[in-house]
Order: sequence, then structure tokens, then C-alpha cells
Amino acid sequence: MAKVLLKGVSKEFGKVIAVKDFTLDIKDGEFIILVGPSGCGKTTTLRTIAGLEEASAGEIYIGDKLVNDVPPKNRDIAMVFQNYALYPHMNVYKNMSFGLRLRKVPKPEINKIVRRTADLLGIGELLDRKPKELSGGQRQRVALGRAIVRDPRVFLFDEPLSNLDAKLRIAMRAELLDLHQRLKTTTIYVTHDQLEAMTMGDRIVIMNEGVIQQVDTPQVVYDHPVNRYVAGFIGSPSMNFLSPTIVKENGNFYAADKDYKLKIPGDKAKLLKDYVDKEVVLGVRPEHIDTKATKRDHDPGGVFSASIWVVETLGSEKLVHIRSGEKYTLIARLDPHADIKTGETVEFVANMNLSHVFDKETEEIVF
Amino acid sequence: MSEKTSRILSRGLLHTVIILIAVLWLIPTIGVLITSFRPAQDVANSGWWTVLGNMFDSARLTLRNYNMVLSRLGVGRAFLNSFIITIPATIIPLSIALLAAYALGWMKFFGHTFVFMALIALLVVPLQMTFIPVLRIFNKLGLAGSFPGIWLAHSGYGLPLAIYMLYNSISGLPKELFDSASIDGASSFHTFLYIVLPLSVPIVASLAIFQFLWVWNDLLVALIYLGGTPDVAPITVQISSLVGSYGQDWELLTAAVFISIVPSLIIFFSLQRYFVRGILAGSVKG
Repeated sequence: MAKVLLKGVSKEFGKVIAVKDFTLDIKDGEFIILVGPSGCGKTTTLRTIAGLEEASAGEIYIGDKLVNDVPPKNRDIAMVFQNYALYPHMNVYKNMSFGLRLRKVPKPEINKIVRRTADLLGIGELLDRKPKELSGGQRQRVALGRAIVRDPRVFLFDEPLSNLDAKLRIAMRAELLDLHQRLKTTTIYVTHDQLEAMTMGDRIVIMNEGVIQQVDTPQVVYDHPVNRYVAGFIGSPSMNFLSPTIVKENGNFYAADKDYKLKIPGDKAKLLKDYVDKEVVLGVRPEHIDTKATKRDHDPGGVFSASIWVVETLGSEKLVHIRSGEKYTLIARLDPHADIKTGETVEFVANMNLSHVFDKETEEIVF
Repeated sequence: MSEKTSRILSRGLLHTVIILIAVLWLIPTIGVLITSFRPAQDVANSGWWTVLGNMFDSARLTLRNYNMVLSRLGVGRAFLNSFIITIPATIIPLSIALLAAYALGWMKFFGHTFVFMALIALLVVPLQMTFIPVLRIFNKLGLAGSFPGIWLAHSGYGLPLAIYMLYNSISGLPKELFDSASIDGASSFHTFLYIVLPLSVPIVASLAIFQFLWVWNDLLVALIYLGGTPDVAPITVQISSLVGSYGQDWELLTAAVFISIVPSLIIFFSLQRYFVRGILAGSVKG
């Protein structure tokens, strides 16, 4: 177990900058998630930590040791790849013991470690099988086992669950968390799936175009995104964005457009004084929109009317796509028994206390 | 006509055609085989197919031809020479090609592209072009007429294609296998030995078959670099000289020819499964 520190790490491939000035302090035993769309540099960052790519600039520490010039095998890390990368010609036992054999661990010792780990992962009966005789989930476990037997100081996971079907993915998610709680090994986990990031990470690192956008616990990232990008990336369905203009009337601030006029709560209004008569981006999460009829103690400033375009019934909730005029579409997450019909015009209410305003130019959050 | 019967019919037709073609192709070989067991008189008087009527009439078949060819006409010695030539001339180029293909596929080094381009260029050089310059060099070095000389020559002729084929297969292995091996602590050589080599078995086997058959059946290269000295002449050279002196004795020539075919057949049948088997299935989920 060890902490991992990245200081101003950059990676360039020719003219393409894959990772730019990446600084992150990962605590000992932490489960940290790098998340972002494909091509955002998260995998490159992971590979740089592993030593499979050389950092173009910056310093990488594992424990207290600067490892920039240390080859992968001496960094005391283990990595699980998206496609498992099992050695196809070796059986499960040999796959798992390969690293130990190369390190000249005595045979009885290897045998003990491999069997113990295989039992831990529930693949004890599969030790003689070749990878092609295993199911996706079993291969995944073997890949995990291969990482665990080495007892490394840091685990690196590169989208380990994305080749599994949805049901198995959820089961493995829980297993991985359980495993982490037992082994307490520092884990760096890369995924493009924001749901995986939210459910698994102690902290999540949201990346875009090679740059860290925000690093924090899942709840903080969800409640207080630092910019429009993070706000839109985290959460499903994602945050609704509108482009109102800020208007000031009688000392009150409103976010207004042709079809709506929403009042900004008093304590937040003062942050908007530089934005009067300017266009901003208003972000409202789907669960912060309700029908006026069901929301008794609603904030009267957030009422607007819109027509119902599409209703998706999910059983536990209803996702309602609503439209006002032709200009914008919003998604509202409503109670599954909400009495609404496609085509109706209904009064909705947005919870303005939990909504966000972003600067239109910089896309940074105002509140 | 139901769909099932029409399928059976069309498949039956296909099989009939395939079997017919196979039989047609086999006829000359069967003729050679039967002739090689017939006494000299019979060969002169009647066609080999007359034996087919009474297969087990031992008076009409004999092993005398083989005995004669192997012990008195030098085919035995030539057969041995062929092995002495062919086995190293298969192993040497394949070993070098494996290392070269691994380096070209997975290592970064100065001149990488140049080496690769030169290799492609060498694929199109006809080997006849090389005889005179190479033979001059061999004469100077004293390699002409010796086994090491012909091993070297066959290795040289076999290498470009072998490297190219192995490069294609080895460079197509999933990158993650190499990443994973390097994290597991494998050096480049370990990776070659434990990962690349076992995974290349099918392609190496098929290349080995080709190289073996090509060297075994080669007459031209052997004639140029070895000459006709019985000490070193392979079976192909020996048979071609037998044609000169025993051109009328078909029963002897066919026996010699059949001896020369046997190793090719053994090699092919023992390694043919590697043509079909794809060992990579299941390593990486596609």
C-alpha cells in the first residue's frame, strides 16, 4: 500500500497533448476514479502511472519514491486491462502465477498464494482451464486474481467492467468494492461510465481534453460541479441547460427567456450583479423539476408552463421530456404515478435553490 | 422437393466433385507407387493399372527396386544428405526470423522503417539473380560444395518471407499482452520466450512446412552451391542424375521418387493441424 502523487504530469504524442499538467495527491488506501469521455486522457494517465508510457513532463511518486525512470515491473503495481489481456496459451493457474514465477518466488509459496486468491475470487475450480474456456465474468476474475497475487502497492484498473453485460457489471462493482475494503490497496480506476464513478469512488477525478476538471467526493461533485462540463457529465439523465438572460426588476433577479421567467433566490442573487442583461447558462437537474400540482411547498418563483412531449415510464420513476415553444427541451424526473399525458400543457416548478448558473463564456460556475 | 433433401443433394454433388478431383490428382502418385513395387519385366510389358485387378498377387510385386535404389544407386546416402541439408535450413531461418519479427513488431530502434522496407524489397528479388555473386563469395570463403554453404543460402532465400509472415502475425498480437507481461516483470526476452513464441506456434509450424518442403524439393540451389558430388548431393540431385543413367528403368526411378516423397508426406500430415487451428481464440474478448 502506498500513496501516489502526480505533480504536473503531461503526456504528448507528437503534437497531440493527451494529458496536460495533471496534479493529484492520492492517499494511501484510497479508491480513486478517473472518469471522462473517450479520448480525455484518463487511460493515458493510468498508463503513465504504470510506466507503460513515459511522462513528457512532471513527476510521479509511488510511496515516497520518484518513479519516472523506474520500469513498470519495478513500480510494484498491478494492472487490470479492459480486455483482460490473459495469456491465451496458459491456464488460469499459470496466468495468475506468471508474475510470481518471473520473480522467482518459491513454488510452494506460489501454490499457496494462487490457491488462496483463487478461492477468494471464487475461481478455485477453474485453475486448469484456458482463458477461452471461461465466461466473460470468469476471465475478469482471473485478471483480478493475477493482479492480486502479486500483492502490489497500487492497483490500476483500466475500464475493467466495460466488457461485461449490464447485470454482471453491477455484481462485479459490488465485488470490487468489497475486495477493496478487504485488501485496502490504493486503487486507481479508469472508467467512462459516470455511474461507475459515482458508485465506486472515494473521490472522483473528472477529466476532459487532458485536463482535470474537478476532484472531489461523488456527492460534492454532484451537488457542486465547478463548471458546466462537470455538471453535464455527472448525473443521468444529465442536467438540463437553458440560456436565459439575467434581468433585474424591483431589486429581484430573474433568469428569463421568451417562455419563462424564473426568480433567483435572494442569497444567490447578489452573485449575479455583474450579469444583469447578459445571457448565462442555467442548469437544473431533472429531479429538481416537478409539476406544480404535486409540489405543495414549492417556490413560486420557479413556476413555468410547458407542454409534455415524450413520457418514459421506468417503473420507479417517470422521465418526462417537456417543451416550451420550439426553443428548448427539458427532462424532468417525476413520480411514477404522476398523472400526465403527452401533449398536455402543465405548470412545472423548478427548484431554484438547487439550480446552478454558469458563465456563458468561461462555463465556470457562478453558484 | 423439401429444403432438406435439396441440401443433401447439393452437398452430395459437391462431395462427388471434390472426390473426383482428389482421385484425378492422386492417379499419377498411385501410378508411381505401384510401378515402384513391380518387377522390371512387368513394367516393360504392361501398365501399372493392370496390378489393380489382383492386388494381392505377391508374384507381381517386389521390394527389389527399393533395395537396389537404396543400396547400389546412392539414393540412401542422398536421402540422408537431404535431411542434413533440410533440417538446419529450416530451423536456422525460422529462428532468426522469429527474433527479427518480434523486434520489428514490438521494439523501437533506429532504422526500424529502413530495415522493414529493405525486407519488403528483398521479397521481390528472384533468387536466380543471386547465384553468380553469392557463388563467387562462397568460392572465396570455401563454402561452395559444403553443407554450411547451402544452409546459409537457403536461410537467406527463406528469411524475407519468413520474417514478413511472422511480423504480420506477431505484430497483430494484442498490445495489452505485452503491457501485462511487462508489468508482471517480464524482460523483452522473457516476453519473447513465454508469450510470443508459444503464441506463434501455428504460424511457425506452417512456415516450417513450407520451408521444409521447399528445401527438400529444391534442385536448382543444391545443384549450384553443392554440385553433384555424391558426398553432399541431396536426393533431388541424385534422382536427376539417375534419370540420365537409368532413364529406361522406370521401376528404379519410381522407387527413388517415392522415397523422396515420403518425408514431405510425413511432415505435412504431422503438422497440418496447425494450418487450421487458431490458438488465439478467446484471449481477448472481441
